[in-house]
Amino acid sequence: MNFLQQALSYIFTAANWGGPAGLAARIAEHLQYTVVAVLVSVLVAVPIGMLIGHTGRGTFLVVTGVNALRALPTLGVLLLGVLLWGLGLVPPTVALMLLGIPPLLAGTYAGIANVDRAVVDAARSMGMTESRVLLRVEVPNAMPLILGGLRTATLQIVATATVAAYASLGGLGRYLIDGIKVRQFYLALVGALMVTALALILDAALAIAVWTSVPGTGRLRRMPQPLLGDEVVLESGARSQRTSVARYERGDPSLTVEE
Amino acid sequence: MRYLLSHLDDAWALTVIHLRLSLIPIVLGLLIAVPLGALIQRTTTLRRLTTITASIIFTIPSLALFVVLPLIIPTRILDEANVIVALTLYTTALLVRAVPEALDAVPEPVRDAATAVGYKPLVRMLKVELPLSIPVLIASLRVVAVTNISMVSVGSVIGIGGLGTWFTEGYQSDKSDQIIAGIIAIFVLAIVIDTLIMFGGRLLTPWTRAGRVGRSKVKAAA
Repeated sequence: MNFLQQALSYIFTAANWGGPAGLAARIAEHLQYTVVAVLVSVLVAVPIGMLIGHTGRGTFLVVTGVNALRALPTLGVLLLGVLLWGLGLVPPTVALMLLGIPPLLAGTYAGIANVDRAVVDAARSMGMTESRVLLRVEVPNAMPLILGGLRTATLQIVATATVAAYASLGGLGRYLIDGIKVRQFYLALVGALMVTALALILDAALAIAVWTSVPGTGRLRRMPQPLLGDEVVLESGARSQRTSVARYERGDPSLTVEE
Repeated sequence: MRYLLSHLDDAWALTVIHLRLSLIPIVLGLLIAVPLGALIQRTTTLRRLTTITASIIFTIPSLALFVVLPLIIPTRILDEANVIVALTLYTTALLVRAVPEALDAVPEPVRDAATAVGYKPLVRMLKVELPLSIPVLIASLRVVAVTNISMVSVGSVIGIGGLGTWFTEGYQSDKSDQIIAGIIAIFVLAIVIDTLIMFGGRLLTPWTRAGRVGRSKVKAAA
């Protein structure tokens, strides 16, 4: 536990926080990479997910695309990016997008596609245009799953932004990688602790966002289940209906796209 | 591409390490998560507790965990065991949530029918519920496998072996073709493992291939 004491005393020494290479600056760098990568991922993934979820076309694209992006190694793309484009914001953003897009795309798509068909039909029959159906009805109802995807994406990105340090790009990974390089393991522990703390804080904030985004005042729970009708359940597969309801109740995002 | 073809021996050796580091945790994770998930599925409090614990574990960044683990368990820093333990933790954390969800997907009437024909709870779990939950479980397993393969490559920045070493070596010696070779190798590896798990899942669930007719028969019978 000696390392731990050293690490904690390092963190709780004010002198280590200031300056261009202090903890505060490293946290700012880390957050910068995270926020930019998350924003770009949202800009790419959410519109595509909304479109595919709404039209029901291109589901295959989501499944294969998500799997292929997950299979690309972040570190390799980051280092290749640095060699090709030099240091800067572009390589880490591109590399971290690979982690951010899959959960966001899957969450948006699943959220929109799992909105109760009766609700969508009702909106349409009231005369809403397609874009209004999407933005006013489907998106609010899908919000828990979309934000769930955002939560997973942020978590993965903030954790992996650590590798930016390997390409001399700063961030909290600096401590981790330098600490191991010079065999000062307490420094590595400082990095590990700070990244974990940052991830936990961001995750807690987004968990609250997911919780508050559940639509209505518990009306999904009060809705009498038998009214769904056996035909509906049979047609769309009992499985997806059941799990989507269960997910809403727990506000729990799923990481997978079911084929 | 040329680099990959001219270094096939290296590639093979590194692939073996990479697979060892990423697949052993999946096997261990399954061995822990399937019994645990089946046990907690019906107990709401235990299930919630497990879900919370699992999400906290999942929040810890992998690189951080690789470094912190030697302080908690008696392994050396930069030991392969750290990676295996860390990835086993993640795999278990993900699967222990997925297993009860997969079991939830087994239609209630099927469960009741199994009880009615005389299955005891344990045998029913092993012979009816777990087999029927395979399709949903396979979906999670594929995500875990691909994520693990990618995570192992990140480990190379703190000196862990596997195909990720081509990234760090290639970066240090400014050889972009070595990095590209590494990306291709890991991509192909991930796709191959993903496909193998998918086909494995199909082999284990021959009834899903019987098509819609079979499925509606199950429904009709239920």
